[in-house]
Amino acid sequence: MQDHEIKQTILEYIKQEYIDDDSYELSSSSLLISSGLVDSFSMVSLKRFLEIKYKVSIPDEKATPEAFDSVDSIVELIKQYL
Amino acid sequence: MPGFDYQKIKNSFNWQDVKAELNYEHNPTKNIGWYCSDRICDLGIGNKTALIWENALGQQRTFSFEDLRVLSNTMAAYLQEQGIQAGDRVCLFMDKIPELYIGFLGILKIGAISQPLFSAFGDDALLVRLENAKTKAIITQRKHIVKVRRILERTPFLQSIIILDNNGKPLEAREVALELDSLAPITDFFPFAVEEETPSVLHYTSGTTGTPKGVKHVHQSLLSQYITAKWVIDLRPDDIYWCTADPGWVTGTSYGIIGPWSLGITQCVLDKGFSADSWYDFIQRQKITNWYTAPTAIRSLMRAGEDVVKKYDLSSLRYLSSVGEPLNPEAVLWGEKVLGKAFHDTYWQTETGAIMIANYPDLQIKPGSMGKPFPGITAAILDDRTFEPISHGHQTGLIGFKPGWPSMFRTYWDNDEIYQAKFHNGWYIPGDKAKTDNDGYFWFIGRDDDVINTAGHLVSPFEVESALLQHPAISESAVVAKPDLINMEVVKAFVRLHAEYAASNDLKLNIMNFIRKKLSPLAMPQEIEFVNSLPKTKSGKIMRRLLHAKEWGEDIGDVSTLDDELN
Repeated sequence: MQDHEIKQTILEYIKQEYIDDDSYELSSSSLLISSGLVDSFSMVSLKRFLEIKYKVSIPDEKATPEAFDSVDSIVELIKQYL
Repeated sequence: MPGFDYQKIKNSFNWQDVKAELNYEHNPTKNIGWYCSDRICDLGIGNKTALIWENALGQQRTFSFEDLRVLSNTMAAYLQEQGIQAGDRVCLFMDKIPELYIGFLGILKIGAISQPLFSAFGDDALLVRLENAKTKAIITQRKHIVKVRRILERTPFLQSIIILDNNGKPLEAREVALELDSLAPITDFFPFAVEEETPSVLHYTSGTTGTPKGVKHVHQSLLSQYITAKWVIDLRPDDIYWCTADPGWVTGTSYGIIGPWSLGITQCVLDKGFSADSWYDFIQRQKITNWYTAPTAIRSLMRAGEDVVKKYDLSSLRYLSSVGEPLNPEAVLWGEKVLGKAFHDTYWQTETGAIMIANYPDLQIKPGSMGKPFPGITAAILDDRTFEPISHGHQTGLIGFKPGWPSMFRTYWDNDEIYQAKFHNGWYIPGDKAKTDNDGYFWFIGRDDDVINTAGHLVSPFEVESALLQHPAISESAVVAKPDLINMEVVKAFVRLHAEYAASNDLKLNIMNFIRKKLSPLAMPQEIEFVNSLPKTKSGKIMRRLLHAKEWGEDIGDVSTLDDELN
C-alpha cells in the first residue's frame, strides 16, 4: 500500500468525521491534536478507525498526542504495524 | 506561608471580613465584571498584564487590565446594541480565545447571565442547554457555526448569533459578524448595578437522570472565588498563573477568570491540545509560577515519562494544585519527585461554585486525601439514611455542607424541584461519599450515584443511553463507568441491537462517532459491548449497578429484584 493512498484515506476520514466547516483546508501536515481539531477522547475513535481499516493493533503507549498530531505522523505510525 | 495560618483562620473566619477586604459594601457595584477589570485599574495597576494568550500556531496576544476593562466595556455596549438586556442568557460557545474571557466580563457588565458551553459539544448537547435556558444570544466562532445552524429551527428563542471571525463570509438568518477590535473602544461604561443575589453565571452539569441541569450562580459568588483563589490556590501578586481548565466548565470561570482577575493576577491561557512537550514548553517560556490543573493531565504527563521533563527548565513553578477528580497518591508523589513540588488536591463541584475541601499551603499533604474544609465551610460525613453527621471517623458516608456560603448555587434553571431534592436535614448533599481520619482530613470514596466522572467532567448515563437509542441499530442500551488509568473513568455502553443488525467492529465505530457528534467526545463510549439482553428488575428497569459491578470487579450485591425470565 502506497503512503499517499493511506494519507488520502485518513484525510478523507478526518474531514468527514471531525470537521464541520466545509471550507476548512486540511492538509497532511495540519495539526490535529495541537489545534484541538481532534481531542484526546476523539483520538480513541480515530485509533479505532485506523485499526479496523488497516487491520492493525496500535499499542496504547504508541497512540500518543504527538503520533496523532498530523496525518503525516499517523501514516508513519501505521506503517510500523502494516 | 505569609498571611495564612489554616488553623488560626479556621477558628476566626468570617465572610464579613472578606467583604471588608473587597470593600464590598461601599464599592459602586457588586458586579463581577467590574471587580475583575475596573476595580483592578482603580487600584492603580491597570497597566499590569492580565492575560497572555497563545494558540497552537504560536500566535500570542497580551492584554493589560486596562485593555480588559475597555474591551469588556466595548463588548458590553455592543451586546446592548444587539438588544441584550439584564437577565438575558448569553451563551459563549467558542475555543479558549481571548474574546471568550472578554465576552464573559462584558456579559456580566450589562447584568446579563453568562452561559459558557464547552465548544466540543455536539448538536444535541448544545440544543438541550440552549433550550433549557431559552438563551437569547450566542457568541461563537466560524468553526462552530455549523452546529448552531443545524439546530436553528429548534431555537426560535435565539435572537442573535454573533460570529467573531466571519471574515466576510455569507451570513444567514439571525447572524451578525463581530470584530471586536474594529469597534470604537468604550472607555467609560458603568456596569449594571447588580445586587448580591443577581444571577451571574449558568453552568450546565449532568445528573443520573433527566436532561443536563443549569446551575445558577449569583454575583456574590465572587467572595468565595476571590478568597479561595487567594488562600487555597495561593495566588500572590507577582504570580504568573496558569489554570488549564476550559471556561466551558466551572473551574475555567471560577478559577480561570473570576478568582485570579479579582485578585489582579497575571494569567496565561494556552489554546492548544494537550501534549507533554507543549505544556512543559509553555511553563518554561511563560515562567509559570502557579499552576492549577487536573488529575487526568497530571497522569498523562506521568505517562509521557521523566525524560521529557528533563528537557525543560520548570524551576519557575512555585505552587501546584489540582481539581476534577480525586488526585491519586502516586500523582502527588510524582509531582514532588519530578517537579520538586507536590500537587495540592482541591474538592468542589459546579454547584458549590468554589473550593470546599482542600489541601492548603501550610498544612501537611496526606497523598490521596481531599484535605480539610475551607474556613467558613461546615462540612460533615453524613449517615446515608438519616443524614445525621457520623460522629466517629473512618466510617464512609455522604459528604454534606451546611448551606450559606456565597458561591453556593441558587437553583437549577427552571428545575427548582431537583434543586430542593439536593437538601436533606439541613445539609446540601453533593452526591459524593467520603470518610474522615483522626486528623480531620477527608478521603474521597466515590460517587453515590451512576454519574460518570471522566477526566473531571460529569457525564450522565441517562443522556448517553437516550442518545444511543436514537441510533438506528440499537434497541436497548445501558451506560456505566469503566475504570481508566488516565481519565479515572470512561463511558462504557452495553447495547442490544435490532434483529436486522449484526454486531461488528465497524458498527462499534459508527456508534462511537454517532455519540461523539451528537453529545460530545467526553460522552462517546470508549468501549461498546454488544449483548443479547440487559439485566432488568421485575418492573423492567435496567439494573445499571450490576453492569457497573462487573466492570469494577465488585460484588453484585442483592439481585432479588432481578427478573430471571428476562435475563
